[in-house]
Amino acid sequence: MSAVLTPAVRRPLLRRLRPLGNGPLFTVAVLVLGVLVLVAALAPLIAPYDPEALDLRSSLVGSSADHLLGTDQSGRDVLSRLLYGARTGLLGPLLVVGLSTAGGLLLGTVAGWRGGWADAVLSRLMDLVFSVPGLLVAIMFVAVAGPGLTAPVIAMAVAYTPYVGRLVHGLARQEKARPYLESYRVQGWSGWTICVRHLLPNIAPTVLAQSAINFGYALMDLAALSFLGFGVQPPAADWGAMINDGESALQQGATMPALAPSVCIVLAVVAFGIVGEGIADRLARRER
Amino acid sequence: MARYLLGRLLGLAAVLLVTSFLVFSAVHLAPGDPVSFLLKGHPATPEARAAIAAQYHLDRPFLVQYLTWLGNVLHGDFGRSVQFRQDVGPLIGSRLPGTALLIGYAAVLVCVGGVLTGVLAALRPGLVDRAVLIGTGVATATPPFVSAIALVSLFAVQLGWFPGPGSTGTGLGGRLYHLTLPAVALAVTLAGLLARVTRSAMLEQLAREHVEVARSRGVPERTVIRRHVLRGALGPIVTVGGTTLAGLLVSTSIVESAFNVTGVGQLLVQSVTAKDFPVVQAVTLLTVLGFVLVNLAVDLLGPLIDPRVSPATGGAA
Amino acid sequence: MTPALLEIDGLSVRLPAARAARPILDGVSLSVAAGETVGLVGESGSGKSVACRSVLGLLPQGAGAEGQVRVGGRDVLTLDRTALRELRSRKVAMVFQDPRAAVDPLHRIGDFLTEGLRAAGVPADRATARAAELLDAVGIEDPRAAMRRRPHEFSGGMLQRVVIAAALAGEPDLLIADEPTTALDVTTQAEVIAVLTRLQAERGTGLLFVTHDLELAAAVCDRIHVMYAGRIVETRATDELFARPRHPYTAGLLACTPRIDPGAPPPRPVPGRPLSLAEAPAGCAFAARCAFAEPRCSAETPALRPHGDGLAACLRADEGILA
Repeated sequence: MSAVLTPAVRRPLLRRLRPLGNGPLFTVAVLVLGVLVLVAALAPLIAPYDPEALDLRSSLVGSSADHLLGTDQSGRDVLSRLLYGARTGLLGPLLVVGLSTAGGLLLGTVAGWRGGWADAVLSRLMDLVFSVPGLLVAIMFVAVAGPGLTAPVIAMAVAYTPYVGRLVHGLARQEKARPYLESYRVQGWSGWTICVRHLLPNIAPTVLAQSAINFGYALMDLAALSFLGFGVQPPAADWGAMINDGESALQQGATMPALAPSVCIVLAVVAFGIVGEGIADRLARRER
Repeated sequence: MARYLLGRLLGLAAVLLVTSFLVFSAVHLAPGDPVSFLLKGHPATPEARAAIAAQYHLDRPFLVQYLTWLGNVLHGDFGRSVQFRQDVGPLIGSRLPGTALLIGYAAVLVCVGGVLTGVLAALRPGLVDRAVLIGTGVATATPPFVSAIALVSLFAVQLGWFPGPGSTGTGLGGRLYHLTLPAVALAVTLAGLLARVTRSAMLEQLAREHVEVARSRGVPERTVIRRHVLRGALGPIVTVGGTTLAGLLVSTSIVESAFNVTGVGQLLVQSVTAKDFPVVQAVTLLTVLGFVLVNLAVDLLGPLIDPRVSPATGGAA
Repeated sequence: MTPALLEIDGLSVRLPAARAARPILDGVSLSVAAGETVGLVGESGSGKSVACRSVLGLLPQGAGAEGQVRVGGRDVLTLDRTALRELRSRKVAMVFQDPRAAVDPLHRIGDFLTEGLRAAGVPADRATARAAELLDAVGIEDPRAAMRRRPHEFSGGMLQRVVIAAALAGEPDLLIADEPTTALDVTTQAEVIAVLTRLQAERGTGLLFVTHDLELAAAVCDRIHVMYAGRIVETRATDELFARPRHPYTAGLLACTPRIDPGAPPPRPVPGRPLSLAEAPAGCAFAARCAFAEPRCSAETPALRPHGDGLAACLRADEGILA
């Protein structure tokens, strides 16, 4: 479409996002994620209260103009904790996905490109990690290194690496057989150069789709660890820990302290799933 | 086939050996000296230190320590729980029935609920299919502890139909009644996943020509669906179903904690919190064992479901 | 006069695409008498598969149909579920193009053969005996052992014999063969055709033979209908059709078949590509590819009218243009 044919007609934002994916659902999911990131970044500016400030006199206050989502058992403002919780809620999965994608790309490319014994060794290694459930690895790490963000993140990154690694492995082998890469090899380019300059850009979108889906799963797993008390330690605000706190408030009839972070988790995971699958669908259609 | 089975069993043994080594050496990887680590939270009297050192053979070379420990483990001796002052084996044994019942209950819910929902969606395109897609989309994004909160809030606190966390019933019926909410919480995510897999596998089969051929021969629609569509979709359903059941072994610890169910999963969480390392090691090893056994069973089922699949290659013969 | 075994009368089928309905067939008429072999010839997309499946009441999902498809005088399109099952298991049977796709790979051959009979209420032991008999008739050795084997253990040609046996299991009056040899090796094609025609002649079954291969149709059929873009453009006895085609499309198909007899002209392809009815412009759908087209051909849709001893749908059929 040329600039001449489309003068400065401002298309609505929703419309402009549409080419990214498949219709309105994808757009909404992208918007939800955008809002989440914004909230995490701006939490100190937009949170009405200090998320860790105790006020035992106003414990389990219902929602009001002062406290939009009410307060928890220790009288802390639920909304403020929710906004701050988005920070650890997103940071953890971001680290997990970043580390596992990097690790998976490295292992998968080396295994798929070199083949032979490197392939055999790395594939066995990935099989081994696959045969141990990720959440269990994380619990084990916590048992050794103590709770916090570090141990769960490292453990989940290790556990997620084979998912990316296997995908990249398959893609690398498939791409290696294509004539265009063959021609570079005939021209005497080094394998490393070809991989970085031609292989990676070609497989990047597929890996990105997988990473978006993994992000949602990592968010769920880390929230679960945090729910068990193995994640970020109190009094810091975290969605999983908030749900754990909120469970006892539930018995006293106060739904909001547990419900609000629950909704946030489900919403974020659904949004990441839709975005990941949307990208994957688009790629599949482009292939056809 | 025998060769394949032998290979798989060797691989399984290798996984367990590596896991056991990592689980054992984790004690030594922890910051500080192993004795203080193992004693964490308890008064470090010289007698206690000596007892721990003797129990773990800490005065011997590392490899000898490991092999001694492994030998004991193979005889069912996982050491003593620091927290409960009890041998780990019987401790886990006393918690196992609760967990087994919960996982079995959830597994039935996942299989029946997931497959039925998926079949329904595949056979009723349009409104029903849309509704199932949206419902399962949310279900797969709902971790068990969130389901637990929602279920407790709705069915225990507001409606009062089911007991809340921390209660147990008597007799099988009573125990199942008390385990209903935990089982549902455990099942939701995986049932959603299985429903989606069932749906897409069914749709793939429905488009196959042999299904139309069966119809063209006057075979009743119900028989066509059962013998050709569902039967053909069974492969992916069993594969994913098996993997999800293996996943239950781990997520049960979340649900047991949320509902205060006295089971192995809760024991694991308590032991991690209390740094009760012998228990953590034992539960971890047993969970990995269960995990790889379920996955092996799924792989062995493959050729029974599709005679073209040879187990050795995992592909078509 | 007794009604013909199969009479398709003015059948039009429309497919609901995303929004606009898409036509597939327009006024297709043909008939098959008992013991007769009738060919339905057309390129891919001409709608011949949809036409022949309609005889079994198998229309594309959501498709709307007009006209009648009468088998033994009863309109298939208005049959209820039970009557449709009765028709499929007793009166009409179909042999499909690709036996690998047509046979469920997960079940034994024996189950595939007896499935139709069992659905029609035949007891298991009689169904098994009948299946063995049929396997023997289509030339498969040791039928009892073969019935315990699975589809992937058979070659394509052998599997197509199994499909033919299965189609004959319900002793149908009418057999429909939709490109029964297209997916097979050339060497096995002749064998499968021989089995099919022999059994059909022995049993006096009517046969509707659907193919894109005019030569093959000529070898098998008494009468041939030629289809183009969802319409029948010519109907004629086989010898007549070859000797004196009246529709330029038929002539084009004949001319593009390579011949090996000495002195034969080299094959001439029909220019352009085949259209489906949905893509066809107004007037004669073949006009764009026709060497004899006149302006009126794009304006008026030619009807299928008697020309010579058969029917042709060409405005210039009587002008001797193809002589």
